[in-house]
Order: sequence, then C-alpha cells, then structure tokens
Amino acid sequence: MEELSAAIAVFDSGVRLSVPLLFACLAGLWSERSGVVDIGLEGKLLAAAFAAAAAAHATGSAWTGLGAGVLASLGFALVHGFAAIAQRGNQIVSGVAVNMLAAGLTALVGNAWYGQGGRTPALEGAARFEPITLPGAEAARGIPALGPLYADVLSGHTVLVYAAVLATLLTAATLKRTRFGLRIRAVGENPAAVDTAGVSVPALRYAAVLIAGVLCGFGGAYLSLAQAAGFLPQMTAGKGFIALAALIFAKWRAWPALGACFLFGLLDAISIRLQGVSMPGIGLVPVQAIQALPYALTVVLLAGFIGRAIPPRASGLPYVKER
Amino acid sequence: MRSTILGLAAGLFLGGAALAQGQAVKPAIVYDLGGKFDKSFNEGVYTGAEQFKKDAGVEYRDFEIQNDAQREQALRRFARDGYSPIVAVGFSQASAVEKVAKEFPNAKFTIIDMVVDAPNVQSIVFKEHEGSFLVGLLAAKASKTGKVGFVGGMDIPLIRKFACGYVQGVKYANPQGEVLQNMTGTTGAAWTDPVKGGELAKAQIDRGADVIYHAAGGTGIGVLRAAADAGKLGIGVDSNQNMLHPGKVLTSMLKRVDVATVDSFKAAKDGTWKPGVTVLGLKENGVGWALDDNNRSLITPDMKSAADKAAADIVSGAIQVHDYMADQKCP
Repeated sequence: MEELSAAIAVFDSGVRLSVPLLFACLAGLWSERSGVVDIGLEGKLLAAAFAAAAAAHATGSAWTGLGAGVLASLGFALVHGFAAIAQRGNQIVSGVAVNMLAAGLTALVGNAWYGQGGRTPALEGAARFEPITLPGAEAARGIPALGPLYADVLSGHTVLVYAAVLATLLTAATLKRTRFGLRIRAVGENPAAVDTAGVSVPALRYAAVLIAGVLCGFGGAYLSLAQAAGFLPQMTAGKGFIALAALIFAKWRAWPALGACFLFGLLDAISIRLQGVSMPGIGLVPVQAIQALPYALTVVLLAGFIGRAIPPRASGLPYVKER
Repeated sequence: MRSTILGLAAGLFLGGAALAQGQAVKPAIVYDLGGKFDKSFNEGVYTGAEQFKKDAGVEYRDFEIQNDAQREQALRRFARDGYSPIVAVGFSQASAVEKVAKEFPNAKFTIIDMVVDAPNVQSIVFKEHEGSFLVGLLAAKASKTGKVGFVGGMDIPLIRKFACGYVQGVKYANPQGEVLQNMTGTTGAAWTDPVKGGELAKAQIDRGADVIYHAAGGTGIGVLRAAADAGKLGIGVDSNQNMLHPGKVLTSMLKRVDVATVDSFKAAKDGTWKPGVTVLGLKENGVGWALDDNNRSLITPDMKSAADKAAADIVSGAIQVHDYMADQKCP
C-alpha cells in the first residue's frame, strides 16, 4: 500500500509537470504540420507566462491573466508568422529571435514595472488557478487501487490541466477528421498542390501559427498562474525545447504527443521523488545521478525506440508561388 | 611635458591620501545568482545596504549577475571605478574575489559566506548550524507526524551545514524524529527554481512531513508556497520570511547578513575596516530565529522556552552543534 501511494504521488506530480510541455508540444505540432518550423515555443511560453502573471496581479483574476497570456503569445506568433510566411524568412532564425526577444523583454519590462529583478509580485487567491476536485472523487477514494488513482491522479488539478487534454483531443480530431485539418496537413506536405486547388497557402499557415500561439499562451499561463505563483525570469527553463524533442518523439501526432510529454513529466517527477530515498539493493543514489536520469533516458528512448521520425515534407520551407 | 607628469603625480598622490583617510567611501555590492529580491539571502544584504544609505546618507552601487562569468567582470569594474568596500555576496564569488583583490590591492573587499585569505579581504561567515539547530528544535516540537522536511538549494557543503544543524536540532527535541532531505540541484539554477522547490516540498508532504525548512534562496519561495497550500508549515531562511504566508510559516532562521553589510560599510566609513575572518554565531547575534506577529500564534510558550534554553546552552557551550564543514560529515 505504501508503494502504491508513492506511485500515485509520482503520477500526480508527473501530470502537473507535463502540462506546459503538452501545450507547447501541441503548438509545435500545429505549426510544423502546416510547414512552419517553430523553435520559438520557449519564447512564446515565457512571454505568455509573464503577461499572464502581470495581468493577474493587476486585476486579481486568473482568467484575465490567461487572456493576457494568450494575447502576448499571439503577438509573438504573429511576428514569427510575418517573418516566416509573408516575408519567407528563415524560420529557424525567426524562432531564435522570438526566444531571445522574449527572454530579454520579460526581464526588462518586469524590472521596470515591479523593480524586483524581473520578478512579478507573488499572486494570491483568485489571481491563481486553484485545483478543482472532480465529481465523486472523495466517494471513489474507498475503491481499492482505482479509487486513489481517480481521486489523486485524475482529480485535484487546475482547470488548465484538463484543458490540455481537451486541446489534445481537439487537435487530433481537427487534423484527422475535418476539411481544415486535411488542408493544414496538405500544406505541410505539398503546398504547391494546395495552391493549385485554389486554397491560400499563407492563410492556412497563418491560421496554424496563430493556433500555436493560443496553445503556447495556455502553457505559459499554466506556468505562472497554476504551477508557480508569479513570474520569474527564465522560468520556462528549456521546456519549449523539451517539447520539440517530445514532438519528434511523437512523430508529429497528437495522442502520441500526450504520451511523450507525460513520459517526460513523469521522468522529471521520478527524478524529484527518488532523491534522498534509499533504493532497495542500491542504497542512496547520489543527487547528480538522479538528476541526469531524465536526460539519459531521453537519449536512450530517442535513439532506440521510436524508429524513423519523418517530419512533414515541406516543414521549414517558405512557399514561393511559381511564376 | 614634465609639468603634466608632475601634475599627474600630485593628483595621484592627493587621490591616494583621500582614499587613505577613508573619507570618500564608495560602497558597492555584487549579488549572487539568486538576485537582489530573492526574499532571502541576497535581499538581506540589500536591506542592510538600504539601511546604511538611509542612516549615513551614502549612495552605493550594486550589480545583479546573470551568469557566473560576470562575477569577475563586475568586481573588477567596481574596483577600477574606485569603489570600496565592495561586498561580494555568496560563496561562489570566492575565486573571483581572490583574483580581483590581488589586482587591486588598495580596494577593500568583503565576502559573505566564504573565507578568502588576502590582505585586503574581509571574510564574514556565519554559524548557520547553530541557527538551524534552533529551528530544527522548533520544527520537531511543532510536528504532529514526527517527520519534518528539509529542502536545500544547490548541493554544496554550506547547505549540508544547514541540513546537519537542523537534523541535530530535530533529534535533540525528538530523538525518534525523522528528517526528509532533498537538494534542488547541482548548479546555480538550483537557487531560482520555485516550481521544483514546490514539487520537492509536495513530495516530502506526501511522505508525511508536516514542517519543511528550506535553505534554497529563491527556490524556497516555492517550498513555502507548497507547504502553505497544503496546510502545513514552512520555515524560512536568511531573511525573516514569516510574512510571506502569515500563520503558515513556523519561523525563519535568521542570518544577519544585513547587519554584516551595514557593519562593513560603516567600518569603512569610520576608517576602522579590518581584513580577516569574522565568524558570527548565536553569541554575536549573527544567527537566530524570527518571532513576530505573523507566527506568534504558532510558537507555544513551551516551544519558546525550549528554544531560548537551547540557545543559551549553545552560547555557553553546554550544547555542541556539530559543524558539517569541519569534517564533511554529519553525525
């Protein structure tokens, strides 16, 4: 029973840690499926986290914060879209620019507004997303094995966690089942064919990039309004890049992306929980070894288990109409 | 030509004389990676410096480094611009201070938390194990489960020293007490990761801890938040952090870096600044625990008297708190 509750605690923590990854990963999925490589996920997360924390602090409402986060992220997405789609610029360079701009701008504006080294003041009460309890969670707790799983792992998260799952569902369904989704996929594989069919390539790509902006906005708001209570400079700590790795791992598909992000979150949670715990047969594992574990496993998994990951064929290539 | 050289020499001489008298004190501070507003260690120095500015009316300059390479640059720039004393905050500045102090033998340096052996460096270290002992004792007395937690920042001997004193305090009050210990990381980023700090605290709470002490700079903000969110108690460190979550922070282990900063600046102003090692413990009021309106209801008279007695015993030598840094071991 002791082991079970420990395992449940790890899963619970893994869910919490994987949510920002999942939002960013889905954002990357939309963008890259339409043929626009997006390594600016990190920057958009950061900008959204800052805008969300600042707006939530100013208004005392987490929902306003979320809206501001989405708007900030959309702004950066438009910059990236303008450079990559309208100007046919190099998408990697534009993404790097977004990252650097966000890292510098958030710290600078934060310091100018609050004078706390780029930090926003700590958020309290309604300015944060509080965990919600799913119906019947307390009643279900009594059921062996499944009860605690439902009550602790599935229930008791903030609304944004469930929004992430919903976003995965919508992404998968839209891409697979709708006309719009088909066109997005087509424009990422063969934009010339889409153009020939009389559908606007830039419009589709802009739509995908903006959807990515909205998703990154949710991810960033989750970081500063749910996971932490306020913004800190560089608080994304490379999550945007881990999300890109997860995207490759998931071969640019939505449900596998959920799995990959959860795996990364889980590894992170395990590395936190294993610290200072004596392992049977091994004894106390050094902190450093535990912390290297997620990265080592990532390399092993990426190298050995996923097989060939083939990106959308036109991703990274600006579309030039032939004349 | 000759007259210009003479003039220059005279100017230099005069400048040197003014410095020697210690009239024109131009203090400067280089903060550590946690940043000026970490509500903890660095902020203590900031509070002290602001205090000095108000009392003495002397402006100071400061610098928040963004990465390790900037330590040396910042120290050198301040030294070159004639700032003195220059307070370097944190153990990780030791090698930079050592190097720059050699290049600028006329500048005065004060390093906090580490000993640098140079003729123009004042080293201020604290007996954190004594203060940690007292909060450990309070934690054990406040705990209902008999399990308490510790979250450290970067895994270095200094933080192990906090942990070791804390464990000794817990065991002193409750020999059966158990201490869950975690370190956040092994790099400087471990001081600024409140999300991870919060996850570590949640992990300890899941394992039964109901009082959690942090020695993790900015990361600790997440630890205190997680403890408060879960209805458990946190213990702050370095600065008084009781007001971060009133009624949810049992106490704070105070490390009077503010006093150390003010003293260093003041001594430089009065011309009594001396290089060498200063060790501040309970006896010198360099460490202690915080009791204010935010946590008065959490500290029972019994806990207060036990902590006061232990403090008196440590000062008199009746209780010997083992220092981890002495032999890199914890009993």
